[in-house]
Amino acid sequence: MSNGIKRLQTPVSILSYASVVGKKEGEGPMNSYFDKIFDDSYLGEDTWEKAESKLQQTAVLTALEKADLLPENIDLIFAGDLINQCTSSTFGLRPLEIPFLGIYGACSTMAEGLITGSIAMSAGVGEKIVATTSSHFSTAERQFRFPLSYGGQRTPTSQWTCTASGAIVLTKDVQFPQVTGFCIGKITDLGVTDANNMGAAMAPAAADTLVRWFNETGNKPEQYDAIVTGDLGIIGSELFCDLVMKQGYDVTSVHKDCGVMIFDPETQDTHAGGSGCGCSASILCGYFLPKLRTGELCRILFLATGALMSPTLTQQGESIPSISHLVELIGTVNKT
Amino acid sequence: MKVSRELYSDMQNQVAPKSKSYKNIPLAFVIGGLICVIGQLLISMFMSFDFEQKEASAWASIILVGASALFTGLGLYEKIAKHAGAGTLVPITGFANSISSSALEFKSEGFILGVGAKIFTIAGPVILYGTTASIIFGLIYYFIR
Amino acid sequence: MIMDCILAFIFGGLLCAIGQVLIDYTKLTPARILTGYVVAGVILSAVGLYPKFVEFAGAGATVPLTGFGNLLAEGVREAIDEKGFLGVFTGGLTAGAGGIAAALLFGLIISLIFKPKDK
Repeated sequence: MSNGIKRLQTPVSILSYASVVGKKEGEGPMNSYFDKIFDDSYLGEDTWEKAESKLQQTAVLTALEKADLLPENIDLIFAGDLINQCTSSTFGLRPLEIPFLGIYGACSTMAEGLITGSIAMSAGVGEKIVATTSSHFSTAERQFRFPLSYGGQRTPTSQWTCTASGAIVLTKDVQFPQVTGFCIGKITDLGVTDANNMGAAMAPAAADTLVRWFNETGNKPEQYDAIVTGDLGIIGSELFCDLVMKQGYDVTSVHKDCGVMIFDPETQDTHAGGSGCGCSASILCGYFLPKLRTGELCRILFLATGALMSPTLTQQGESIPSISHLVELIGTVNKT
Repeated sequence: MKVSRELYSDMQNQVAPKSKSYKNIPLAFVIGGLICVIGQLLISMFMSFDFEQKEASAWASIILVGASALFTGLGLYEKIAKHAGAGTLVPITGFANSISSSALEFKSEGFILGVGAKIFTIAGPVILYGTTASIIFGLIYYFIR
Repeated sequence: MIMDCILAFIFGGLLCAIGQVLIDYTKLTPARILTGYVVAGVILSAVGLYPKFVEFAGAGATVPLTGFGNLLAEGVREAIDEKGFLGVFTGGLTAGAGGIAAALLFGLIISLIFKPKDK
């Protein structure tokens, strides 16, 4: 390992995964890929916070169910979310009684969980380890922005926090897809202060991590079927490709962004695209991991991106620091 | 090459989408104008019941505020505001929306520290600085009148 | 009455259109714009312009938040004339009491009846 970059001698296998989303995400272009779509944004609960907790719990239970596992079979879970003190994770996972380590990486949490999970697996901490995260439009909106029924106009650069969750079960047994390497991101800040322009704030972090990965490993963009960023959205994606290009790599033909994929900006009024921890988590678990398992995709890079901001620091006039962690994943075809 | 903050700022300006002002401004004008027309009709109505101008105007405000709160509760105000922008922000109905949406939103944290404490989250500055400005004016007026 | 409505539409609409220009072309947040409108209303009333504007624009001048600022300033002026120095403190909020009290009461009622809806 050097400078946060590690290629795993023994890859870490992914046993199972699940994606659950809310109504709006379920009406978007990716609707056929999700495991569960909840039509009720409250998920039958009485507050938004409880709804998000249930969303994350459902994602974990669905992933376990798909692998015929029970919570007691899991040795360790890494989980995090956007809400103060990561309460969606702690309250949602409270009844499952799985050894728990909370993580925070804003919307980069899915990649952070996969990395910490892989490290724990490599260190022999357990045989079955789960990584999960979630976000909910309404919990994020009331924590970071305005009351839901307040009549504000969203700016054209703003992104729509997804009501979504994803969960991944890592296993000691050999399975595909596999995590073959990762690059831990640095906190990056190019001075964006507009909290309604998260894509622009996060693009430099993703570009930095990706370029470091290419420089260190000697790999080229052409070696990947897809380079998937988390939630840069339409504006952030353009800036990301520009930034990477300026540093000598052309990723435009293989780049995909979960925030761009999850909504149709024309019909769903989502402006620059989706965001939130659950955005990249649900697209990874719903779309990319199944395609890696079937062999339709051979090798991808997943770079979840997080804006490490709080309303307090934004009001104090601080710019928005961001982070992006990279995970290299291979599919079934690479079996050797 | 290393991208500096200045260069990145230029890059952002190139890709930043512009607000659709050709649509936003006329919509704000029309919807804001219509809210004022409703206010005018209410004033005329109350004046026809022999209220004086100022009382009629106060009653019109109270009714607009009530209607705005109801629309907020039904989830309709923000649906109109999404298109109207400043057209629903600038009239007194926008002030009422900021109060009732805060009250509604923080209901889940209880009626004292939720609704009670948070009701002024957005409207607070309007009252604080409006009152302060009027007191400053009052001091000047008192001494120079 | 039709003429009153047309004037209210045009001037009320214009005040809103100015607000939209501020939203689209400046970094001002809605809360700042509203605060600015109220303070502007107080100042315009203090220099004697706003009451004249109210006379011909009617609701087009009183319904926008600048009208609320005007109400506060007018209230202070009248209270000082009647009660002297105490009016500096009592005039503003007394004049604005109708709108504020109604907004608070209706806000509370709404929070009792409804539940926040998703977008």
